[in-house]
Amino acid sequence: MKKATLILEDKSEFQGYAFGKSKSAAGEVVFATGMVGYEQSLTDPSYTGQILTFTYPLIGNWGVPEKEFWESEKIQVQGVIISDLATSPNHHLMQKTLDSWLKEEKIPGIFGIDTRKLTQKLRDRGVMLGEIVVDNKDTDFWDPNSENLVSKVSVDKVTIHHPTDSPLATYHSSLKIGLLNCGAKKNIIRNLLARGATVYDLPWDHDPFAENLSIDGLVISNGPGDPKMAKGSIEIIKKALNKKIPTFGICLGNQLLALAAGGDTYKLKFGHRAQNQPTIEVESKRCYITTQNHGFTVDEKKLPRGFKRWFYNANDNTNEGLIHEKLPFFSVQFHPEAAPGPFDTTWLFDQFMEKFK
Amino acid sequence: MKILILGSGALKIGQAGEFDYSGSQAIKALKEEGHQVILINPNVATIQTSENFANKVYFLPVEPHFVQKVIEKEKPAGILLAFGGQTALNCGLSLSKSGVFKKHKVEILGTPIEAIEKTENRHFFSKTLEKINLLIPKSAAASNLKNAKEAAQKIGYPVMIRAGYSLGGQDSGVAKNQKELEEIVKRALSKLDQVLIEEYLSSWKEIEYEVVRDRFDNCITVCNMENFDPMGIHTGESIVIAPSQTLNNFEYHKLREIAIKVIRHLGIIGECNIQFALNPSPSSGESTKNSLLEPSMNNSEKAKGKNGWTSINGQQLDYRIIEVNARLSRSSALASKATGYPLAYIAAKLALGHSLVDLKNTVTKKTTAAFEPALDYVVVKIPRWDLGKFLKSEAEIGSYMQSVGEVMAIGRKFEEALQKAVRMLDLNLEGILDENAPKANWQKPTPWRLFSTAQAINRGASSRAIYSKTGIDPFFLEKIRNIADLEKELQGKKQTDRTRFLIAKQYGFSDKRIAKLTNSTEENVRNLRHELNIRPSVKQIDTLAAEYPAHTNYLYLTYNGESDDITGGINGRRVSNRTRSVIVLGSGPYRIGSSVEFDWCSVTCAQTVAQNKLLPIIVNCNPETVSTDYDMADRLYFDELSLETILEIYHMENPEGVIVSMGGQTPNNLADKLSRQNVKILGTDTKSIDRAEDRSKFSRLCDELSIKQPKWAKLKTLNEAVTFAQKIGYPVLVRPSYVLSGAAMNVAFTSEDLREYLKLASHISLEFPVVISKFHQDAKEIEIDAVSKNGKILTFAITEHIENAGIHSGDSTIVLPTQKVNSETLEKIKKIAQQLSSALKITGPFNIQFLAIKNTPLVIECNLRASRSLPFVSKVSGVNFAKVATEAILDKPSSFILHPLSLNYVGVKSPQFSFQRIKGADPILRVEMASTGEVACFGDDVNEAFLKSIIATGVKLPQKSVFISLAGDENKIEFLESARTLEQLGLKIFATEGTSKFLEKNKIKTTKLYKIHEKKKPNVLDFLNSKKIDLVINIFDPYFKKEFDDDYLIRRTTIDFGVELLANMQTAKLFVSAISQKKLTDLKILPWDYYLSGRE
Repeated sequence: MKKATLILEDKSEFQGYAFGKSKSAAGEVVFATGMVGYEQSLTDPSYTGQILTFTYPLIGNWGVPEKEFWESEKIQVQGVIISDLATSPNHHLMQKTLDSWLKEEKIPGIFGIDTRKLTQKLRDRGVMLGEIVVDNKDTDFWDPNSENLVSKVSVDKVTIHHPTDSPLATYHSSLKIGLLNCGAKKNIIRNLLARGATVYDLPWDHDPFAENLSIDGLVISNGPGDPKMAKGSIEIIKKALNKKIPTFGICLGNQLLALAAGGDTYKLKFGHRAQNQPTIEVESKRCYITTQNHGFTVDEKKLPRGFKRWFYNANDNTNEGLIHEKLPFFSVQFHPEAAPGPFDTTWLFDQFMEKFK
Repeated sequence: MKILILGSGALKIGQAGEFDYSGSQAIKALKEEGHQVILINPNVATIQTSENFANKVYFLPVEPHFVQKVIEKEKPAGILLAFGGQTALNCGLSLSKSGVFKKHKVEILGTPIEAIEKTENRHFFSKTLEKINLLIPKSAAASNLKNAKEAAQKIGYPVMIRAGYSLGGQDSGVAKNQKELEEIVKRALSKLDQVLIEEYLSSWKEIEYEVVRDRFDNCITVCNMENFDPMGIHTGESIVIAPSQTLNNFEYHKLREIAIKVIRHLGIIGECNIQFALNPSPSSGESTKNSLLEPSMNNSEKAKGKNGWTSINGQQLDYRIIEVNARLSRSSALASKATGYPLAYIAAKLALGHSLVDLKNTVTKKTTAAFEPALDYVVVKIPRWDLGKFLKSEAEIGSYMQSVGEVMAIGRKFEEALQKAVRMLDLNLEGILDENAPKANWQKPTPWRLFSTAQAINRGASSRAIYSKTGIDPFFLEKIRNIADLEKELQGKKQTDRTRFLIAKQYGFSDKRIAKLTNSTEENVRNLRHELNIRPSVKQIDTLAAEYPAHTNYLYLTYNGESDDITGGINGRRVSNRTRSVIVLGSGPYRIGSSVEFDWCSVTCAQTVAQNKLLPIIVNCNPETVSTDYDMADRLYFDELSLETILEIYHMENPEGVIVSMGGQTPNNLADKLSRQNVKILGTDTKSIDRAEDRSKFSRLCDELSIKQPKWAKLKTLNEAVTFAQKIGYPVLVRPSYVLSGAAMNVAFTSEDLREYLKLASHISLEFPVVISKFHQDAKEIEIDAVSKNGKILTFAITEHIENAGIHSGDSTIVLPTQKVNSETLEKIKKIAQQLSSALKITGPFNIQFLAIKNTPLVIECNLRASRSLPFVSKVSGVNFAKVATEAILDKPSSFILHPLSLNYVGVKSPQFSFQRIKGADPILRVEMASTGEVACFGDDVNEAFLKSIIATGVKLPQKSVFISLAGDENKIEFLESARTLEQLGLKIFATEGTSKFLEKNKIKTTKLYKIHEKKKPNVLDFLNSKKIDLVINIFDPYFKKEFDDDYLIRRTTIDFGVELLANMQTAKLFVSAISQKKLTDLKILPWDYYLSGRE
């Protein structure tokens, strides 16, 4: 077993063993507390630039399935930190082990880490930059939030996805939804297609209105980093709001919608990265368990005009969604498409589709 | 609001200590809001029936007649049915049916009765779930054998036969062919009107979810769990892992979604448990052809799912819903301990109408209760069986429960948790490859399958091969292989390399096991480990995987960590504000001879420690206990009760000392070893413990003090033993030292017997000597429970056994105060107790057992620890012995006024047997204990108290008929007058040929029935089968081997058909006397405090 070291911004070190690609890597060290779905998390573009720590100690148990079950085309994280790596996974969908997948995708991992201790540190001090060092090949710390990560993970050109044959597709056959792809998880697209929409998958700064794509509604996807970096997206959303077409933001989309409508965002100490976040709908007082993955959030002290708090986090009372008092604009900070995580809020896609009836 | 809670009664297989935990949490939840709580529970050993829990306790049977009477008297506004297991639920259903709740305006709090009914009637259940397009196993109900056969034919063998309304899946079973079907269906239909024939999902994964819902429809799943053993093995018989390990995101969350959907549809309010079967390879299964797209929660009705789901990216899910328990259960107790989420407490709050969102997470105290715990550790539960304790039992496990207890281990590697759990079982096994584990056939499901598969893997068997025979997921098998590989690596090599040593510890190897593998000693390994600075880390269970800071004191040890979550102890880690602490060792797994009574002692002890301004620290590893509720002590270590672990905790905590005398035999056995490592043992000196435990040393002490005891000798050689036995005369008792509940104790009638038993006894414990003594059959048994301080007795209680000597004290009916012991004998007993107490300088609890031959008490046993009867004598006398003992141990003045009490009432403790559960076991009582629990009731006299308590164990009073079979002339003569009484009571008497002849000769009218082997009609079997017999009295000599087998068949059939059996002369006589003097309606409905106020 080859030794590896995790070094954090505050100079603290954790000793472990290397797996996956044998190379050093730097990024922002974050933790996620979900107990399943490592393959979905690792391919979630929102994790771009980050070194992801899984707090659940046994990782890799069901290996890695084929690409169609991933959330994007590749592993998005900079590196992976775990406690116990499964060496003999088993599952009927398994194609390879986590270790061999990381090797193929050239992503380093470190195991044998006291991930609880690391998590406590990140929780108390806030997320930190860090690096996985293999073979003593030190690399520089790198702050991904200083860059426009959205531009890195978005698509290059407009792609049209056609609806799938599904019992859920009871709404519209000719409905065109623009998806502002800031690093969208595939399951957002799958959910829209399954409901009968044709999806125009748009690069983050691609203006569908300028090109007259005549979309009926806009979905703003999840994505990595500081929302204020994605200026191009914000401009497009402003146009959608002006045109009053139904607009639905998810995760980063919640923040971008807020910014486009005149609100503000800020960075959380250590973010929400979990599948067990209690989220309460203000009016109904109903609690939903949601998947979350975000480091930034909407500032509720400066809510955009016409919008109100829709959902909030039952644990720390931060914003979990916005809804316009009159117009068909709404957004959520959590992930209704799940993958990984609970399906409690997939009805939001239905609610979005209702706006076109 | 006045609220009635029904407890679960005695511990029995399938329904054990977990309901003490759920009941006491519910009481806490209600009382903190100012509700007045009335509790009915005859289980005297529980914590929920202690003072300061419920406002009022009725030690009465949880049975419709008694509960109705209590309702009439107390007029409660509400009732909770979900906290007392199947017993409480069934009782509630029955009272609801008869309109009692409606009549007395008692509101059922929590899940409505209609929802409970839907989950309890399997036919209803199937219909309900079909309505919302969810999959259940193909099945058909049958109320007769013909229908059952047709149904099985249609579904195709093998089929599963399920009997509704039964706890722990009793009477259920798998039939591979028609012959097996007939056998199971017949037995089930003898007790029930209906069975269900189901498709058998062999090798499918078995997964459970614990779901919580409030009346506003907020719904969460607190935990999911995966069974190591696949479908076909009852979940109570399975090794269980939390959270699931082999389910990917879609499987995990889709089953979660279905669970929530079911619970919403049923309308459950509070907590419930749902079990799934999951096809491990759905693509190859034929049943996924019509797979459909994944629907969302709202419109799934539109998708007519017939054969599982497919995700929107094409993953298939082929599942069946097996069962829903609309109440707190064994699994929910496990889930509570596994996650730190107080399910029973929250369920009680939700029953009161609170919203989940408004309740706080009691662990973090900051976040909401409406969340799903994230674990950052893995939990392994292993059941503990005691099948070896039953004569003739079949050592195979299956679709119904036979295990008597369980342990739960927490680790940060599966291997670590698994090996810890194995050691926690307290079977003297240091790991899954311990050479002392039996070599069982791994292809068969037995209590030893974990060990036998490990042995097979160690021999090189492939995971695929084992999977194909057992259905155990290769993921787990490969983890076992990791352990086996590491064992090979360690073998014979001295461990000096820190890395390699650390890895062994991280994979859960104990110092003792490493010593064995490396030809060293435990002490040397420990010293080396300390030199290499390898110590476990202390981690918290905080429900949120460290996402938020938590103030939890719920802890475990792991070698897969590098820092502690708490500080304490020495080495500069001590925190100044931490005052002095005391470690209280718990009981470990429940088993025959050690169960909830020792949890009561431990909890009472910890509470008393806290009352004396010291910080109690509890160590225990049993998820069914109240002591492992994290608010019972200042700190809870959910960990091993082993020398290694206690030393590490001691080192961490640097406490005032350790109390070993409250948790039963397991901690008691550690006393000497701990003391040798300079651990301060509080209470009686460990040398004294050894003098009392070592039979040989103890006997010598008695001789020195001129205390009479049955003639004894320490065994040196077989021949010497035989010579000695001949000298004192047979029968003789063979007993090893340091054993629990009479393990390997036996009565020898001949020298052949003796030779056989001695061989058996020497297998049990090589470390300690074996003693043989004269066995007195007709003697009376008397016990004294007492507490001393520095040798002086502070308080005591003398109890009397109904049954004569020869039956283990744990299986005896016990009476307080004594009824048939004269004052001369009582004085002698008191004197002996004081002599021994002084000689052994006892500080703390102790118990002495006596045989009384005429007026001479002979000492047979002395235990310097809390005894099984401590809660009984405490609750009957009103003096809390465990509390007095703890105060003595801590050298504090007693909070009780201690003087001998004269009671104007009687308490009777009756044993609860679970023979029905143990397939094939002979339901007889011997010197080795067989009961699984106990109850105690109060009365004006022994008849009333006895009758209540025996009803509380499930016995129904005979209405029409009794079958009597008396072996030998002596028994016939002794029972004659009782038989006459039965006739006078208007009961029809059936009897075997010999008994019938004798009774007829004495002018008692009988109907003769043939024994089974006589193959003539009318025979006993048919009459039992057709429910023509209410009660069987079968008196025989348990040590007399003639006629044994035929009587065995009668007894076993009686048990299998659910008919009451009395097999002991004294119990049977008392029973007849009691029913002749008291009718059911004569039994008084009075609370505990009423009796206590009558003390003088």
